[in-house]
Amino acid sequence: MEAVEKKEKVEQKQDNRLKFLNAALKRNLYQPDSLIEILHTAQELFGYLSKETLEYITRELKLPPSKVYGVATFYNFFSLKPKGEHTCIVCMGTACYVKGAAELLSEMEKFLNIKAGETTKDGKISIATARCIGTCGSAPAVIYDNQVAAYQTKESVIQKLKEWL
Amino acid sequence: MSVKTFSIDGQIISAKEGQTILEAARDAGIFIPTLCHFTGLTNVGACRLCVVEIGNSPKLQPACTTKVIEGMEVKVNTERLKEYRKLILELLFAERNHQCSVCVANGNCELQNLAIKLGIDHVRFEFRYQNYPVDISHELFGIDHNRCILCTRCVRVCDEIEGAHTWDVAFRGANAIVITDMNQPWGESESCTSCGKCVLVCPTGALFKRGVSVAELQKDKSHLEFLIQAKVKKQWIR
Amino acid sequence: MDLAELLEIAEKERRRKKPIEIHCCVAASCVSSNSQSVKDKLSELLSNTDLKDRVEVVGVGCMGLCSKGPLLRNSVTNEFYCHVNLDNVSEVLKDIQGQKARIEKLKIDDPFYRKQMHIVLENSGKIDPESIESYIAEGGYLTLYQVLHEMTPQEVIDEITKSGLRGRGGAGYPTGLKWSLVAKSQAEKKFVVCNADEGDPGAFMDRSVLESDPHKILEGMIIAAYAVGAQQGYIYIRGEYPLAISRLQNAIKQARKYGLLGTQIFESNFDFKIDIRIGAGAFVCGEETALMQSIEGKRGTPYPRPPYPAEYGLWGYPTLINNVETFANVVPIIRNGSEWFSKIGTEKSKGTKVFALAGKVKKTGLIEVPMGITLREIVEEIGGGVPDGGKIKAVQTGGPSGGCIPASKLDTPVDYESLISLGSMMGSGGMIVMDDKTNMVEVARFFMEFSKDESCGKCIPCRAGTYEIHNILTKIIEREATQDDFEKLKLLCQVVKDTSLCGLGQSAPNPVLSTIMNFEEEYTSLLKKDT
Repeated sequence: MEAVEKKEKVEQKQDNRLKFLNAALKRNLYQPDSLIEILHTAQELFGYLSKETLEYITRELKLPPSKVYGVATFYNFFSLKPKGEHTCIVCMGTACYVKGAAELLSEMEKFLNIKAGETTKDGKISIATARCIGTCGSAPAVIYDNQVAAYQTKESVIQKLKEWL
Repeated sequence: MSVKTFSIDGQIISAKEGQTILEAARDAGIFIPTLCHFTGLTNVGACRLCVVEIGNSPKLQPACTTKVIEGMEVKVNTERLKEYRKLILELLFAERNHQCSVCVANGNCELQNLAIKLGIDHVRFEFRYQNYPVDISHELFGIDHNRCILCTRCVRVCDEIEGAHTWDVAFRGANAIVITDMNQPWGESESCTSCGKCVLVCPTGALFKRGVSVAELQKDKSHLEFLIQAKVKKQWIR
Repeated sequence: MDLAELLEIAEKERRRKKPIEIHCCVAASCVSSNSQSVKDKLSELLSNTDLKDRVEVVGVGCMGLCSKGPLLRNSVTNEFYCHVNLDNVSEVLKDIQGQKARIEKLKIDDPFYRKQMHIVLENSGKIDPESIESYIAEGGYLTLYQVLHEMTPQEVIDEITKSGLRGRGGAGYPTGLKWSLVAKSQAEKKFVVCNADEGDPGAFMDRSVLESDPHKILEGMIIAAYAVGAQQGYIYIRGEYPLAISRLQNAIKQARKYGLLGTQIFESNFDFKIDIRIGAGAFVCGEETALMQSIEGKRGTPYPRPPYPAEYGLWGYPTLINNVETFANVVPIIRNGSEWFSKIGTEKSKGTKVFALAGKVKKTGLIEVPMGITLREIVEEIGGGVPDGGKIKAVQTGGPSGGCIPASKLDTPVDYESLISLGSMMGSGGMIVMDDKTNMVEVARFFMEFSKDESCGKCIPCRAGTYEIHNILTKIIEREATQDDFEKLKLLCQVVKDTSLCGLGQSAPNPVLSTIMNFEEEYTSLLKKDT
């Protein structure tokens, strides 16, 4: 009984997400040149861009599928694979690099046994790198689930990962 | 239409207004190497083989997209340009697997012809030996990404002449590849009309007719050129 | 809105202010060190004292000295409180109350601020970036009123031309000339684009300006649109800057409400709209043709110029593209006159430049200095030199498009031409200090890895060339390369520089070429000797 309710809730949530996506399409008047805006919205709503999502956008914006796929894979922001429950983005900008960001990353990679851009097998944590997030004054910086943390050390990053596991 | 007079390597050339350096040079029988250019398709200036020197400007410009200006002095064959072109071609040869001896297009390949013409006898870079897929899911044609030089002629001919826009480029940088529809097997592409124009414009053996063996691929472009003439210049009778 | 209403808003805002303001930085760097909670805590502490009617805690933009953040400032004493956190914020309160407080303080005449000159950053750290009234109280939008009612478009362009302002995005193209080209182009539609796709690693000037003073950019863009005859504007901003995006959205909404954007701005016949376009993580989109492709919803691949955007830009219409910092200079120039501006800086590089100072230097953060100041003054006086007694080896400017300037050339004045002559470039303003422990070949490889990953893949020299350059650099670092490889590296860099399609490819070899020019022995010492 409970399981059924839960399933319904999940479906409900997905329906709402589609509603939001449709609202974004409408707001942009279904203009083909709003493709990147729409992909942003879809990525935010669904966490990633599934084949179904891309096909839906293709249809609504009346664009060739190869063009949509080409745009979705050109930009680093868009992910065609689902991400982990938590994400950890290590800034690899010059200031962070000079202050040892590469060591932070390799420490995390070793600890989780995955590489940057990958997600742990249990789907818990994804790690990724960013091209300078612009908080160079507090380098090295790491973004944990959209929260920027300043002056990170090998100890502090592992501490945070342990909290998530 | 007014006439523009300019010079290529000292030779005085007349061009129609609006013509590119490449068009004017070809009309005058002067050779400028190209790979991504195909007459009748939009020029993208991507292969950089046609870059030329203009006046005393240190900046090189692609002949395919630069329009002729009255009195400009163009150099297309300096030692510097020759050296650069060779290096660019070598970069291409090292990037993917262009072993002519086992290629369907051997003897009928623009990349190979150009390499011979520019006198390339060895490649100064280590071959990367990347393992790209070969897709023969289409009943008539196949694509071997190992031979692709990303000139995007197939993308342009499919969009601009056939109007199907089956092809496009996906990913970026060194990971870029041409794809059909949602990066699905070509044979499963719904937009593809199987017209074969992409195969005809492909300068290498990347796109091929199925069933041909090594060095057997002949690409008769005359019909395609006729079609482009018809579409662009509204000339239906040859 | 008319002039009387604008002045009334300013007056009302000034009257509303309490005599003492504690400015608390709420820009990204301090926010990442928890400044928002510090601000809330201080407000809470104050509300329980009798100071509450006289003192107000105001969230403001960047005050520059990010390495001492979270940073607070007392608007009356003009002193900064450094490293404020939830534990020591009560000490700030004590200081305001005139008691002895145990907290690090910094005076405005600290060497970090002494040689700076704030034009672009004039309001940063002083006004509330979330409030248009706060901007108007500092004279905001008054310049726009004057432009719309007292100047012709040509007069605006003439002022910008005479000021000598050059593009702050890196290449330094004369701004007035660009504006007049767009103004001259005949078309039914024209666009103004603000390039806020600040992608250079180590650069955060534009983010800071947008987070601290968003209305200044809007006002600059509206003036530009009036001058060139555009009806629609876009701000193309990196997706990595969520705070700047939300402040801009907020600012646009406020400006619209007051009739400063939309139809009949300031009751004139001029209409202008601004929309935001959010980038999706592609460095190459900072290149103007790629940026326009991206605004049109396409892959961000550059295309050959000419035709330049001034004639053939967005959807084929004439388009003016300027960088954030360039637009930020517009209002001060019109307000104070071109003559005032042209007296600042050097003969060919006028005005100031904002730099993001980072790396191995004691004080890091955002600085604005007059052109012509030497690198030594910036690094040693403003930045306080290398920490822990280390020595400066080089200063990197211009990010992946720039180069490394050796310590021996630190007395070079900062302007467009002299940085280029040293193999670097102004770039958008990232400045990274490197100490003597830095391996320059590794630095070159770091930037080449960046360029290789960010190459769009359209043209061969950039796509395959950056890969091969990176390859040879790795070989050198692993001591596997020969003199032959080194020669090949130099030739390859030249080819990529000369033949690539866009600015990214053309400048990608600069970090390698400049380190070879200034630190060649670091390369040669790693080469395998022929046996």
